[in-house]
Amino acid sequence: MADLSTVFAGSIRCPNPFWLASGPPANCGEQVMRAFDAGWGGAVWKTLGEPIVNVSSRYSSVDWNRQRMMGLNNIELITDRPLDVNLREISEVKKRYPRHAVIASLMVESRREAWHQIVRQAEDAGADGLELNFGCPHGMSERGMGSAVGQVPEYAEMITGWVKEAARTPVLVKLTPNISDIRMVARAAKRGGADGLSAINTINSITGIDLDTLTPRPDVGGRSSHGGYCGPAVKPIALHMIQQIAADAEARLPISGIGGISTWQDAAEFILLGSGTLQVCTAAMHYGFRIIEDLIDGLSNWMDSKGFRTLDDVRGLSLARVVEWKNLDLNYKIVARIDPEKCIGCDLCYTACWDGAHQCIHLDRTEASPNGHRTPAQVEAQSARRIAITPIAKLDGDRLAGSRPVTPLARIPRVDEEECVGCNLCALVCPVDGCITMAQIDTGRAFESWEQRAAASGKGEHC
Amino acid sequence: MHSVSEDDFALRFREIHPPLAPQAALEEANRCLYCFDAPCAAACPTHIDVPRFIKKIATGNLRGSALAILEANILGSSCARVCPVDVLCEGACVLVRSHQKPIEIGRLQRHAMDHFYATGASLNFQPGASKAPRIACVGAGPASLACAAELRRAGFGVTIFDSRPLGGGLNTYGVAEYKLTPSDSLREVELIRSLGAEFRFGTSVGDDVSLDELEKDYAAIFLAVGLGPTEALGIPGQDLEGVVDALTFIADYKTERTIRVGRKVVVIGGGNTAIDAANAARRLGAEEVQLLYRRGEREMPAFLFEYEHSKLEGVRFRFQTQPVAICAAAGSSIAVGAVECVRMELGAPDASGRRRPEPVAGSNFKIECDMAIAAIGQSRLLQFLEKTRGVERKAGNVVTDAETGRTANPRYYAGGDCVNGGREVVDAVAAGKRAGAAMVRWLEASHG
Repeated sequence: MADLSTVFAGSIRCPNPFWLASGPPANCGEQVMRAFDAGWGGAVWKTLGEPIVNVSSRYSSVDWNRQRMMGLNNIELITDRPLDVNLREISEVKKRYPRHAVIASLMVESRREAWHQIVRQAEDAGADGLELNFGCPHGMSERGMGSAVGQVPEYAEMITGWVKEAARTPVLVKLTPNISDIRMVARAAKRGGADGLSAINTINSITGIDLDTLTPRPDVGGRSSHGGYCGPAVKPIALHMIQQIAADAEARLPISGIGGISTWQDAAEFILLGSGTLQVCTAAMHYGFRIIEDLIDGLSNWMDSKGFRTLDDVRGLSLARVVEWKNLDLNYKIVARIDPEKCIGCDLCYTACWDGAHQCIHLDRTEASPNGHRTPAQVEAQSARRIAITPIAKLDGDRLAGSRPVTPLARIPRVDEEECVGCNLCALVCPVDGCITMAQIDTGRAFESWEQRAAASGKGEHC
Repeated sequence: MHSVSEDDFALRFREIHPPLAPQAALEEANRCLYCFDAPCAAACPTHIDVPRFIKKIATGNLRGSALAILEANILGSSCARVCPVDVLCEGACVLVRSHQKPIEIGRLQRHAMDHFYATGASLNFQPGASKAPRIACVGAGPASLACAAELRRAGFGVTIFDSRPLGGGLNTYGVAEYKLTPSDSLREVELIRSLGAEFRFGTSVGDDVSLDELEKDYAAIFLAVGLGPTEALGIPGQDLEGVVDALTFIADYKTERTIRVGRKVVVIGGGNTAIDAANAARRLGAEEVQLLYRRGEREMPAFLFEYEHSKLEGVRFRFQTQPVAICAAAGSSIAVGAVECVRMELGAPDASGRRRPEPVAGSNFKIECDMAIAAIGQSRLLQFLEKTRGVERKAGNVVTDAETGRTANPRYYAGGDCVNGGREVVDAVAAGKRAGAAMVRWLEASHG
């Protein structure tokens, strides 16, 4: 079985790379201990600082096709519990769970002494590391903290430097995605002496509006405020930002990946783009701490099946495969192939190709000859003219006339491979696994990137 | 014979397809793939744009959903309840080919239509005052209602004649109560009335008003008279008390105050009407209901799902069993006491492709009963149809152009059971709609 034990940012040790992210699931010692019992490898405590007052309500979400909480938004602030209570509980947890990682997330006003003090308090309580919350995008940022710091590289560098003056444990800087180029703050954190980066924090959002009350969600007495968006919806944004900082020499530090991780597949993807540990919040808020079982089980089964023994074997393996567009092969060609045995005849690929792509999928298999010019409207008009009747055995002599176990040939689309640009859209919309595959066509031409072609033609950079 | 109280009635005829709870409807609507040129829509005789109305349910646009249904099928509410969806839209759902259950299209349609009627049944168009020329529809069943809706959309005046006191045709009088109640059928009649169609109930064309008069007063006549009474059994004892025909039995329990059923009931026939009658007899309290069919299980004309459901209702099916006489009860000369039957053997296939049943000599036996229901198909209304000059018939059915419903006499159109020999409500609606649209085209070309 794969070894998931982890040493992060030099000295943070944990039995597996899965940490609860700083948030409601890591609000108190009782929760963190139950999470460790369930199998979590570490926890980033809900951000410590001067206790605040929260509002109700605090969360809102985006559902998609009845699937709940594709994205979650919150306007909850940092911990609302007294600092000494949190510190006492951190100390208690570390005593009982010495092998698990407890990271203290910190956010105080931008004064050197204030940071020095909270660093000492957290470390004295036994925290294995510190995470500087430079990312929280709501509420705290209005008070000059959170993302207000994370959006200004100079502030981030300065405060990281203050923290490093006092810290004995690794210092992680948590980055906000609410910035045009996350690498700028990542580099600043590195210049300030950070030992690692946590990315990403939540994304500014308004999740929606109640169409009866006209109040955006979450509704706080008829008003709302923008919140921080997280959950499965933000995973692609997180992956991109992690890739950006992992691939940047001036920002390169151990990365604790955050952003919509819900399954072991998500975790594997974050590791492949360079994450050393993985922080989870929304999925645990949705389904509870028990999800850790399959996160660990699935990840290790996948690693076993691929022959990876440790996380070091996996980490960053996909990074080299992310390049700038100009370095992609212009001579690589794929085309869509539809398996007529698997096709169920929904023809979503057809309508997608006609309306959303390049008009190279056709419904003409029962026509006398291929007809790439028959439009969707013509296809529909033909169906509308057809007279359908209820099959009645007594009148029609065929009691099975209504059952259609096989897809009619007329509904199995044909790909015009000459016209197909290999965009993938048809395969993406196809509801049947493995029905549409993208097959490589040998163009007979050697690798050539746009950069090479532009250089060869002596032309400048035209889009 | 005994009867059940009205209070007991609703309980006995609990729906077989109860409405979807709002959340269940949302979940189900979201399962729909939203196929292009969807096979379910193509399979629907009225070509309801099924994915379109389902998508609207998914987005919470129930009014838009109902109107999308009504645009194609003005009887969307009854069709949602009575359509044999297994052989129509749901049978065509592509999901079955990816090992999933088809979308519950019928119940989703009902969900949207129930919302429509619960919120005032207001359509999104207002036909103006009836303009000339006027059209006469003979029969107030689904075909005429659909035809009238098309004509009223275009503003033409319509008068619908029916000999019965209520509209809706078999939707009101003939559909099993656990699928469609008369009140749900009649609200559709009212919808057509709200469009400005006029109804002349209790008026038999041919008796109370002559075809000559109709021809004089109306530009065209739409024949939607349906079929005639159930065919007579043609065996000794068929006139005994307690021998009833299925359609009368069904119409009586649905619309009459007195509901009567036997303790031991025999139903003769293997079609959907036979099954409706048999199930009704069970629900009305018959202890034992046996359905006799002269051919085998495989040859039975009823839909497979109707057969399967009927077994769950407690109906006992006796195949290869042919009644040869109805016998009087012991000590009575007028009341039915048993059905004498003969065993049948299946021989070589006949013209219908089904194996021909042949009696086994000396195999006669009796089945005790105190009620016998005949359901061996409906007769043709030949006496009436013979009065329609120039309207051609084939095997008793009116011959029309499939796309327009026009008969050989250009002023006569026809649709529904009197043309198709007895299919489903949705087939009648589709035929009425096509004929109505064709008449509009014709009237606008010739009078516009």
